[in-house]
Amino acid sequence: MNIIVCVKRVPDSGTRVRVTGDGRGIDTSGVKYVVNPYDEFAVEEAIQIREERGEGQVTALCLGPDEAEEQLRNALAMGADDAVLLEAEPPMDGLTVARELAAELEDRDFDLLLFGKQAIDDDNMQVPPMVAEILGLPCATVVVDLDVEDGRAVARREVEGGHEMVELELPAVVSTQKGLNEPRYADLKGIMAAKKKPLEKKEVELAEASTELLSMREPEEGTDGEIVGEGAEAAPELARRLHEEAKVL
Amino acid sequence: MEDRLRDAVRDLCDRYPDEYWRELDRRGAYPADFVQELTDAGYLACMIPEEYGGAGLGVSEGGVILEEINRSGGNAAACHAQMYTMGTVLRHGSEEQKERWLPQVARGDLRLQSFAVTEPDAGSDTTRIQTRAERRGDVYVLRGTKVFISRVQHSDLMVLLARTTPLEEVEERTDGLSVFVVDLRRAGDALQVRPIETMINHETNELHFDGLEVPAENRIGEEGEGFRYILSGMNAERILLASESVGDGLYFVDRASDYASEREVFGAPIGSNQGVQFPVAEAYMKVRAAAVMRDRAADLFDADRPCAEEANSCKYLASEAAWEAANAAMDTFGGYGMATEYGLERKFREARLYLVAPVSNNLVLSYVGQHVLGMPRSY
Repeated sequence: MNIIVCVKRVPDSGTRVRVTGDGRGIDTSGVKYVVNPYDEFAVEEAIQIREERGEGQVTALCLGPDEAEEQLRNALAMGADDAVLLEAEPPMDGLTVARELAAELEDRDFDLLLFGKQAIDDDNMQVPPMVAEILGLPCATVVVDLDVEDGRAVARREVEGGHEMVELELPAVVSTQKGLNEPRYADLKGIMAAKKKPLEKKEVELAEASTELLSMREPEEGTDGEIVGEGAEAAPELARRLHEEAKVL
Repeated sequence: MEDRLRDAVRDLCDRYPDEYWRELDRRGAYPADFVQELTDAGYLACMIPEEYGGAGLGVSEGGVILEEINRSGGNAAACHAQMYTMGTVLRHGSEEQKERWLPQVARGDLRLQSFAVTEPDAGSDTTRIQTRAERRGDVYVLRGTKVFISRVQHSDLMVLLARTTPLEEVEERTDGLSVFVVDLRRAGDALQVRPIETMINHETNELHFDGLEVPAENRIGEEGEGFRYILSGMNAERILLASESVGDGLYFVDRASDYASEREVFGAPIGSNQGVQFPVAEAYMKVRAAAVMRDRAADLFDADRPCAEEANSCKYLASEAAWEAANAAMDTFGGYGMATEYGLERKFREARLYLVAPVSNNLVLSYVGQHVLGMPRSY
């Protein structure tokens, strides 16, 4: 079974991100980058499927700058077999990214294409279903449980207030959600092995974006929280405030 | 590579928080789970060449691993010697000995993390050790006493230095010493191990050898050349332990700067007072400077170039800087620094050891004064 996992290079969630003066991007100086955390569920799932079946190939695919090699090496250190970097500065436009990934994937032979459900930098959640659409493949998003058997996959999806079971014919596209598995940590053996695994770099020319980023701004400084009361007695008042004022219940 | 290694060690250490180490400290127990996980992940075999099953990395990477363990609040001293004690076998052992031990050490099946040199009447003055190894046919018979020998109860093998020719019969006092690998699992009654209680949670012991037989095939290198073999491993040890001090120093700076930014007294964070802020900033710069010297020493060591000056210097600078950071952190925390649940007092006690071990900082000063700067001998 061939599994391709798409990973994205994103700022670490612990990094303080600042918008540049022109409001069109973020100041990248001093920013630490990591593999998008949702993509780690996808990498882990791919490795687990390969381990359970005792055969198969896990390929990590990334569209990103030259430095994204670090994130691909991380995927290799976790246990992916090989990696491909489509070298380009990824745009905010999901469709451009999806088209470029699809163009690469068109010529590749795979049974399963995994993504994280969203990237934590732009939070768009667009690319996985778009790639599925372009390639004409079935797609399940926000998956928390996945069973793969010959030719088919059964996925449990998180939906509002419950779960939904879907069956997909392979090859299929699946985007992964927290809860699917516990991603392993790369250890020294993995890091050493990753140095020797094949990593192919291809420069790509991206098509012109169909959406344009107009501006970004940092969120307002948050106000301090309010302590409604203590212990069980506080619960009714807390529920009332959440319902009537915050309108989240 | 270095960043990935740091991240990976941090990830592992995150699973062993302050409470884990505090609980062990309270019970005086060995961090068995932590050491097992570190071993399984291959970190302790990082310096064993790939042909023997290790990662084939250098002191630079070994230092990064130990630094991150100590920076996380952990204590690498529980297992650091598994990383470098094998160096004596690797550099001076026969091919047969390397094949016999190193792959098992790399897998963690054999724990080789005990190193017996110091004696009650010979610490820094190593050539005065009195433990005798007398050749009788195919074995050497060991008699004598060693002290402050660490991790004996968590080791399978131990590297030991003993006199094969009495001091009176050698021309140079550095002659007549030999190195052996002692199999602790087969020692029986001929080796008595008496644990020494210390102010930190660190297993160390007094050893009495009463006719313990060591097969001649366990002697490393030539008989009588042992002192030189031991010396060659000391630079690696100094660079690696300096890395632990760097980690300690950064731990204290991390904690102190966080606490100084959060803790409010008289309506402002205490860190807004320069009396609190400056000592932490000063300690941070000194720790970073020591880390630069450590990096330099490690680069030289890994390139097989002379590095005694840099290895000694970084050990001194890092341990002193960590101690300064420890005190700055204790001052920042005030009374809370004494409270066990803050973790600081445990690290404070642990950081103190590096001023005197594995070599006393006064001896580093004499080394630099006499061997680097050419001033007259003091001893």
